Amino acid sequence: MAVTAQPQAGPQKVDLREPPSWRRTKNRIMTWLMILAFVLTVIPLGFVFATVIAKGASVISWSFLTSGIPPAFEPAGVGGMGPAILGTLEITALATVIAVPLGILGAIYINEYGGKGLLSNFIRFMADVMTGVPSIVMGLFIYTIFTLHFGYSGLGGALALACLMLPIVIRSTEEMLKLVPDELRQGSYALGATKSRVTVTVVLPAAVGGIVSGCLLAVARAAGETAPLLFTILTVTSVNWNVFSGANTSLATQIFSNATQIYPGAQARGWGAALTLVAIAFIFMIIARLVTARFARYQN
Amino acid sequence: MEESQQDVVTRAEKMARAEPLIRQPAEPAGTGNLIFDVKNVAIYYGPFKAVTDVTMPIYENEITAFIGSSGSGKSTMLRAFNRMNDLVPGSRFEGEMTYRGVSLYGNDVSPIAVRRRIGMVFQKPNPFPKSIYDNVAYGPRINGERNKKKLDEIVERSLRGAALWDEVKNRLNTSGLSLSGGQAQRLCIARTIAVEPDVVLMDEPASALDPISTGAIEDLMQELKRQYTIVIVTHNMQQATRVSDRTAFFYVLTDSKSDTRTGVLVEYGPTKQIFEDPQDPRTQNYVTGRVG
Repeated sequence: MAVTAQPQAGPQKVDLREPPSWRRTKNRIMTWLMILAFVLTVIPLGFVFATVIAKGASVISWSFLTSGIPPAFEPAGVGGMGPAILGTLEITALATVIAVPLGILGAIYINEYGGKGLLSNFIRFMADVMTGVPSIVMGLFIYTIFTLHFGYSGLGGALALACLMLPIVIRSTEEMLKLVPDELRQGSYALGATKSRVTVTVVLPAAVGGIVSGCLLAVARAAGETAPLLFTILTVTSVNWNVFSGANTSLATQIFSNATQIYPGAQARGWGAALTLVAIAFIFMIIARLVTARFARYQN
Repeated sequence: MEESQQDVVTRAEKMARAEPLIRQPAEPAGTGNLIFDVKNVAIYYGPFKAVTDVTMPIYENEITAFIGSSGSGKSTMLRAFNRMNDLVPGSRFEGEMTYRGVSLYGNDVSPIAVRRRIGMVFQKPNPFPKSIYDNVAYGPRINGERNKKKLDEIVERSLRGAALWDEVKNRLNTSGLSLSGGQAQRLCIARTIAVEPDVVLMDEPASALDPISTGAIEDLMQELKRQYTIVIVTHNMQQATRVSDRTAFFYVLTDSKSDTRTGVLVEYGPTKQIFEDPQDPRTQNYVTGRVG
C-alpha cells in the first residue's frame, strides 16, 4: 500500500513474478521425483514385454497356435500350443460365465438393495477377505471339495478361477454403481419406476462401461493364473474339447511346465506360450474397449 | 439494511407492481377444484423434525409456489406429495394428506402408482445417459407402451409441450447429456409430461439456469398450467410473483435449547396478497428482502 509518499515518475510497475522461494524448489523436486517414479514403474514392464516378444516372437507361427503339444525333448519348431490355447479359452470362459453374473448381482445387492445393512456389510467384508486369499489356496480349496470327488476337469479349474474373479468383480462393480449419481435414480423413481426397473434401465446402463472394464481385468487376471489350475486340471498335453470332464491344459500351466524343463525346445515353446497369453489378454482388452464405447455412446 | 418501514413497503409494492416483473395469471386464482388437502403434516428424518404443522389446500390447474429460506422444509414438503421421501431411509410422515380425496399415505397406496400420476422435475437437470428419444420414451415404456408409432407420437407431443421439439427434432438419437442446461431441464419436463401426469412438482427447476432459459421454463409453466397442476419450490421471489397463483411461505424455527431447526408454514394465500399485503411480519420481512 502506497501510504508513504514516494516521488516517482510513472505508474509503479507491478511485479507478478513468483518470488524465489523454498516452495518453488520443492515443486521442482517433487515433479522430478514423480517422473522418476513413473520411469521406475515402466522399466520392469518394458523389460517384461521386450523379453517376451524377443524370445517368443520367433517361435510363434500359425502351426504353433494350432499344433499339439509335443514331448518336451522335441526341438523348437516342432508342435505347438494348440491344446493349451483351447484349454485357456474354455476354462476362462467358463469361469467368466460363473463369476461375472454372480459378482454383478452381488454388487447390485450390496449397493442398491442392501444399503448399510448387516448382510451387505458382511458380503463386502468377505469379498475383501477373498481378494487377499492367495490363488494357490483357492486351487487347494477346489481340489479338496471338487477335484477329489469328481476328478480332474476344466470345470474344476474354472471354479477355482471363478473364486478368484468373484471378489474382483463384486468390488469393482460396486465402485462403479456408487459413481452413478443419485439424481438419475430419483429421476427414474419420479416417473413411477420400481426399484428393479431403476436398476436395470438406468443404473446399470449408466455404469456399464466401468463394469465391463472391471470384469475384464478379472478375466485377464484369471487367464494368467497358474496356481489354481495346477491341482484342478492336471495339465495334460492332449486336446480336450469337453471343459466339463477329463483332464485339461492351459497356457499358464504349460508355461510353468515347459519353463522348468531342461530341453531348449520346451523352453522355446514356453516363451511362445507366454507371448500368446499376453496377446490374448491384449485382444480381450481391445474388445472390451470397443464394447464399452458402444454401450457408453450416450455418456459424455 | 437500514430502511424504514415505509421504504420497505414501497419497495415491495414496486416489486410486485412493476410491469415486467409480474405477469398476472390469466384466470383469477381460487376457482379450481381441490386436488391436495394437507392437514397437520409433519415430516421427520430419523429423530430430526424437518417440517411440522403444515395445513394447506392445493387447487387444480393452478401454480402453487413454496418460498422460504434454506432449511424451512419446502423441498421436504414438496417431496411428500409424490412420496419421494420414502426413498430416504429413516424418513417418517405424520398427519393427513389426500390427493383427489384419497389418502396418499394409506396402507394400500403404492408409491409407484402415486409417482405415475404425480411427476417431478428436479433442481439439477438430470437427463438419463440415453438418447433424447429414449429419455422421453422412458416413462411410457416403463408403463408398458411398446408400439413404436405411439411412442413416436408421445415423444413428439411431449417435446413440443416442453418447447424443445424444434431444437432437437433432427437429433433425437444424440445423447440427452449433450444438451445445454436449459435444454436439459426442458428435456426433463418433456420426460415428466410424457407419462401424462396429473400434477407436476418442480423443485427449484430454474435455479441452475441462466435468465433466458429461466424465462423459457417460466413461459412453459404457464402453458402447462392449462393441463396440469403445478407445485414449485423456488428461492427466487420474483419468479414466484411472475408464475404462481398461490404462494406458501415457509419459515425456519430454531429451538435454541436443543439446537434443532424445524420448518413451519407461516402464511399461505394468493400470490398477490402474500407479496403485497402479507399478514405475518416474518413473511413481510422475507418478501421485502430484509431477511434471507
